[in-house]
Amino acid sequence: MPTACNLHNYILMSTAIKVENLGKKYIIQHQHQQQSRYQYTSLAESLSRSFKNLGKNLLHPFRGDASFENTEEFWALKDINFEIKHGDRVGIIGRNGAGKSTLLKILSRITHPSTGKITINGRVSSLLEVGTGFHPELTGRENIFLNGAILGMRKQEIQRAFDEIVDFAEVEKFLDTPVKHYSSGMYVRLAFAVAAHLEPDILIVDEVLAVGDAQFQSKCLDKLKETSVEGKTVLFVSHNIAALRALCKNAILLDNGSLTGYEQLDTVASKYSALIEKKYRHNFKSLTTQRIEIKKIETLNYSNEELLNICSDLGFIIKLTYQVKEKGRIGFCICFSMDGQPAFISISNHDPAFYEIKNTGFYSTTCKIPDMLLNSGRYSISLTIFEENYANTTDFKDIMLITVEDSPIVRKDYFGGYVGMVRPKLEWSSIYLHG
Amino acid sequence: MSTRQQIVITPNKTLGDSGRELWEYRDLFYFLAWRDFKVRYKQTAIGAAWAVIRPLLTMLVFTVIFGRIAKLPTEGEAPYAIMVFTAMLPWNFFSNTLSESANAVVNNSAMISKVYFPRIIVPTAPLLVNIVDFLISFVLLLALMAWYRFQPSIYILLMPLFLLLAAITALGLGYLISALNVKYRDFRYVIPFIVQIGLYISPVGFSSQVVPEQWRLWYSLNPMVGVIDGFRWIVIGDNSNIYWDGFLLSNAISLTLFLIGYRYFMHTERQFADSL
Repeated sequence: MPTACNLHNYILMSTAIKVENLGKKYIIQHQHQQQSRYQYTSLAESLSRSFKNLGKNLLHPFRGDASFENTEEFWALKDINFEIKHGDRVGIIGRNGAGKSTLLKILSRITHPSTGKITINGRVSSLLEVGTGFHPELTGRENIFLNGAILGMRKQEIQRAFDEIVDFAEVEKFLDTPVKHYSSGMYVRLAFAVAAHLEPDILIVDEVLAVGDAQFQSKCLDKLKETSVEGKTVLFVSHNIAALRALCKNAILLDNGSLTGYEQLDTVASKYSALIEKKYRHNFKSLTTQRIEIKKIETLNYSNEELLNICSDLGFIIKLTYQVKEKGRIGFCICFSMDGQPAFISISNHDPAFYEIKNTGFYSTTCKIPDMLLNSGRYSISLTIFEENYANTTDFKDIMLITVEDSPIVRKDYFGGYVGMVRPKLEWSSIYLHG
Repeated sequence: MSTRQQIVITPNKTLGDSGRELWEYRDLFYFLAWRDFKVRYKQTAIGAAWAVIRPLLTMLVFTVIFGRIAKLPTEGEAPYAIMVFTAMLPWNFFSNTLSESANAVVNNSAMISKVYFPRIIVPTAPLLVNIVDFLISFVLLLALMAWYRFQPSIYILLMPLFLLLAAITALGLGYLISALNVKYRDFRYVIPFIVQIGLYISPVGFSSQVVPEQWRLWYSLNPMVGVIDGFRWIVIGDNSNIYWDGFLLSNAISLTLFLIGYRYFMHTERQFADSL
């Protein structure tokens, strides 16, 4: 007889998901005759193509497979191997197009792999989108049942969780209103609430938390945490490192369809930012004006070591190394922007050297970015070079991209989004005035 | 932990207990059908009354055109209207189930590309809604018989069996076309065509005895001929002009179509999400 403890250990130690040599290949068709933006083919097209190929094969039987003439193979995933134990909470990180969604779709059996084998022990529920199958004409109440059934819940299960779902979604008053009249916030809340009350052994969640207001997002995260406390296995894809940190211990890093790491979240997170940074550093070419040539732009920590992972609670230094080819005054202006919108600029006229005349030779100029200033996310840095005066300028747009990682220090227990281009840490205090 | 199900996914097939899985998802059948039923008559003024009016009007038109103007013969002692209406029951059931089933996968593409569930549920769910419509029409038929003081044969108790036959015919084609529809959207246009032409080449508005004897076996290659003749047999009785050889041929074709449709659907369903 296994004791409760043994059983618990058994659940923890046994394999939930085992992935061996997983690969997924897509065939991309290049259409010469017409640019169709639809994936599907018309019967006539495909009949005529196969007749053409048949003809070709008959005429030139030794030429090989002609049907692949204008198609190209694309491996969205290749040689993926990993194993997840029951009760593990694993994050999946990767750049856009790294294969995260494909992996989730294969694990949740929406699409099939091209190579390899996956063994899953237990009931899987996947949440790749909130509100799948919601029908706008049906009421909130009706959609709870419909959506629940689509996600694999039995009618009794939905009935049991019904009050909790309504409570969680905060839509009690609108339960009998068709969801087409719902605000987008209500819609998302209701959809997530249904999904959050699933009771699978393994839960697969795509970046669905990117929707809804901040307060609701943290509520969702709490709910997910609760789920995992119950010994359930959770796979969670997110770009939000803070959200991942709140939920996962380990993470999988995907890059270009390959698995490049499956370790502790912090290790994987820094690998991930290094990956992004490297990608952009490689693009740097020297910038030349009449007077100077910028040889190198680096990000350093305060101890002058190269820094690849920038975190909003640690300051850093941007260092320009350049050669002055013609004697004169040189000044810089640095501009941080996000999504094409300038966040702030800073001019080097606080540096006494700004007003000095530089002889030819090699120089470096640094700019110190304080901690607790930047928001998390990707900033693009542009550089303006002044020669002699403020009127004589040369602009270099987007010479460097940096990704600022989230800081738990500024966030504290808040997991929602931060609006704005900067996220300074400000002093807050309260005092008691009178009763 | 022996109850924990295991699934093995490989490029060619997924091994798991698909029977148990289908059983676990049985409520989805019901909810999808219920959704279609609810949505069908939303924003209509007279709602479900359409389920009564449509077949009645069609029956009226057929009775006038084929019975009165063309003066085609009826079967046995049955009034022409009853003979027509008896055929319209399975025909409407077949054509509505087929049209809805054939478009079901494409129409539910958002669901299919985002959530896993046994795909076969999607083209099967229209069956339930149309059974409800069928039952409404069946009550109408009973009313019509009362109006004409027509006594149906005892075989009418076999109705469920013949309904099953109509269902198999509709689903077989429905599965096949819904799967083909994912890859070749041409089939979206094939369905209205099949339904429209089918109404005239199947013995709905007329009795299949108007077909010359030597052609009747060939005529029975249309699986709906067997279904409709069967319905007339159970209502009108042995006076009906059922042609048993043809009936069996029609049934064999229905069954073959069903097997082909089902197998093709199960074979291609894993590629749906990639092509939708």
